[in-house]
Amino acid sequence: MSELLYQGADWDYATLRRAYDAIDRVASEELGLDIYPNRIELITSEQMLDIYTAHGMPLTYRHWSYGKRFLQHEASYRRGYTSLAYEVVINSNPCISYLMEENTATMQALVIAHAAFGHNHFFRNNHLFRQWTEASAILDYLAFARSYIAGCEDRYGVAAVERILDAAHSLSRHGVHRHGGRVQMDLKTEEKRERARREYDERMFDDLWRTLPDAKPAPGIDKISERRRRLGLPEENLLYFLEKSSPRLESWEREIIRIVRLIAQYFYPQPQAKVMNEGCATWVHQRIMTRLHEKGQIDDAAFLEVLHSTSNVIMQPGFDHPAGGPDFNPYALGYAMMTDIARICDAPTAEDRDWFPDIAGNGDSIGTLRHAWANYRDESFILQFLSPKVIRDFRLFRLKDDTADPTLLVDAIHDHEGYRSIRRSLARSYDPGLNDADVQVVDVDLSGDRKLMLEHRTRAGQLLAKKDAEATLKQLAMLWGYEVRLQEIDVTTDAVLSTYTAGPGKD
Amino acid sequence: MDIIDRRSNPHGKNLENRQRVLARARGAIAKTAREAIDQGTLRESKQGETVTIPADVLHEPSFHTVFSGGDRHIVLSGNKVFSTGDRLPRPKGGGGGGGGGDGAGQGDGEAQDGFRFVLTRDEFLDLFFEDLELPDLVKSQVLATDAMSPARAGISVDGTPSQVDMSRTMRQSMARRIGLRRPKTPAVLELEQEVARLAETGEDPDRLHMLRGELEIALRRLARVAWVDPIDMRYRRYTQVPKPTARAVMFCLMDVSGSMSETMKDLAKRFFLLLHVFLERRYKRVDLVFIRHTEVAEEVDEEIFFTDPRTGGTVVSTALAECARIQRARYPSDSWNIYAAQASDGDNYSSDTQRAVTLLETEILPVVQHFAYIEVAMSAAVIRGDTDLWRGYAPLAERAPKLAMRRVADRRDIFPVFRDLFGRKVRA
Repeated sequence: MSELLYQGADWDYATLRRAYDAIDRVASEELGLDIYPNRIELITSEQMLDIYTAHGMPLTYRHWSYGKRFLQHEASYRRGYTSLAYEVVINSNPCISYLMEENTATMQALVIAHAAFGHNHFFRNNHLFRQWTEASAILDYLAFARSYIAGCEDRYGVAAVERILDAAHSLSRHGVHRHGGRVQMDLKTEEKRERARREYDERMFDDLWRTLPDAKPAPGIDKISERRRRLGLPEENLLYFLEKSSPRLESWEREIIRIVRLIAQYFYPQPQAKVMNEGCATWVHQRIMTRLHEKGQIDDAAFLEVLHSTSNVIMQPGFDHPAGGPDFNPYALGYAMMTDIARICDAPTAEDRDWFPDIAGNGDSIGTLRHAWANYRDESFILQFLSPKVIRDFRLFRLKDDTADPTLLVDAIHDHEGYRSIRRSLARSYDPGLNDADVQVVDVDLSGDRKLMLEHRTRAGQLLAKKDAEATLKQLAMLWGYEVRLQEIDVTTDAVLSTYTAGPGKD
Repeated sequence: MDIIDRRSNPHGKNLENRQRVLARARGAIAKTAREAIDQGTLRESKQGETVTIPADVLHEPSFHTVFSGGDRHIVLSGNKVFSTGDRLPRPKGGGGGGGGGDGAGQGDGEAQDGFRFVLTRDEFLDLFFEDLELPDLVKSQVLATDAMSPARAGISVDGTPSQVDMSRTMRQSMARRIGLRRPKTPAVLELEQEVARLAETGEDPDRLHMLRGELEIALRRLARVAWVDPIDMRYRRYTQVPKPTARAVMFCLMDVSGSMSETMKDLAKRFFLLLHVFLERRYKRVDLVFIRHTEVAEEVDEEIFFTDPRTGGTVVSTALAECARIQRARYPSDSWNIYAAQASDGDNYSSDTQRAVTLLETEILPVVQHFAYIEVAMSAAVIRGDTDLWRGYAPLAERAPKLAMRRVADRRDIFPVFRDLFGRKVRA
């Protein structure tokens, strides 16, 4: 049995270091976690608010939207509606975890286990993060972005920069290359290469500026598809398209669009793996703290505090609870599933053997979890691993909401017939492909008025929010410099469901 | 693993962003400010104002879908009573169970609540009085420059001992010592020790002789070249600069005769408060003098001024006389900026009006920066037309730009009237 790491609530650097080392031992020897080097930063609550507003980025360029978020968080914090997170962790190399100074010694240890090991391992190993984000480059890139935009503000004025940023922000959900493998996210080298290429393109040929009509169309070439090919259409990454092809932007404006786009790309995986990420971190901290307690390194009081805070975090209010609602608490669902997978591996029931023949009773719970953390995202993870037991524990049920029907129909509950339907529907609700609006640039009227044509492929009843769509399209038109048109097309029938147009003018 | 303490890093990282939000929401904030006046909470709110900004000012649009029709599935937790096939009524608020976890995040609603946050009192007042200015402020500052205050004005070679600038003096001293090659004390000590050692051991007499010579020169230099010489001395120099008068007094004159109803007094009170807060923004110190009058005038404290009812007739000139007397006795015009605001329903003994006007013109207007006359008129009075006092003051206001007169009939009018009085004049 070893010594207690600390006693009571007070901590100092030596305590943090002792706790870190003890946690490190459990994490690497028993759990086999593979992490980026850690950096732990102590901050005050005000600094925590700052970090919140920047979506957890340690530094950002200046923009009013961050001020807005700051004010929102600050207001709800001051009134006591919300308490601040105990930590924020950044997917970077070294992995930065922010710890609040108000935390007790136990909370600091828990947070180190949660963020510096749980999240850290997930960032380093999950395929989404590996594919889309370059952890070692992000801090440099953010610093570059901040100074570049500040430079533009000095040179061209805050208003001019804000105009571009507002527009780019509104399109930032459509600034991502969704199909991985196409983009290697090494921000720095990609940046150099991309810029060189673009300069070359601009020097050589800009199809948009060609005003002379073609003397004679070459025989055998489909003009429309040729034009689309040249412009790289259809393109779903709207910001990329604008940055590359918008005829009216200055080069600094393109660069700003690029900055917004790359940062959006960096954040793209986060919402897709939220359940898993939080589940992983919570499971890891709970496991580590339990082990520390078993080894006699923390006392009973500290362990009770751990239990208390973990159980607060993994609370899932029911749908009819005032604090509940349609959304799942990612901590609750994630932690329940991780715990359940470990249980299936170590002590399976007959039902588990039926449902998960390949992992049930394999005795390697940690290996199985590590595999899951590396290779899935929320949607596929739920589809693969949501077990009947978790469905029963959460008492999940499915509603069929048909607007033609005046009532809602309960069409599946936690019973044998319902398990699979519930699992499928829940997984689908985490599928970004089904939940993000699929807006693409399809064509440009090059021979006419340079009108940009976009399509939103959707189903009836899943149309764009009208007011927002109009406002966003206006921003898009501003960046394009000419008129734009957005049509909503039914994927099944190709019928045009609605049409929006916007011009580049002031209103 | 590194631990870095960031707690002492610069704070207020988001100050700039916060300012930008405020700039964006200017219109909404001005509206809130006006409401704060209407509710009379401006002065009471010491810690700040809650401002609600309509969501669309700060809305960040994006392309996102909303479920408007058709069918969909929603998975929820916490089933207690339902079995497959149960039907339940649609919850109110339309759209069924909400967003269905589509991760829309912020800005997913078409109709959002207003965005609320708290402005500090300073931010609030800054915005509130943004384009207002005090009349004649510049002039008064140039005129009232009797008070002088010392200000730093570089370095001089003479001065009083209390003003010695030690670091500069020592810098001079060191430069001089180096320039004159004054030996350093450790070097001399070393030389002395060496001489002593050689003298004791008796070895190397030539060297001993040479060192003794060196030591003698060093000691002589040390004695001649002073550590700190009078020419090294440097003093901080101060000059007397005229100090602009930074204090103001505000006279509040109010008719509390029987004809002034509670509502009218309330209007007057709001105007006085507004003026007070405004003056406080511009001056370090603002004194308030409350003078109420019926047939006679008296100086009272704020509490009595606003709450204690009186009845009686109205002789305005008494208040003006009292105002002039207090000003002469306590607030000499060369060291105070003087503002006066008079609130009345406009009634006066007709024989007194001429006297009041004369008093105002000869005694008060020459010394004040600004004199505002607010006529709190109930609608009936407005219909009746000009009041005694209005008729008396109007010709004077033509001649004297310091006198401003306005009518206030409703709470809503107070802020516009105030802005009208103090709005920044566009200079051609």
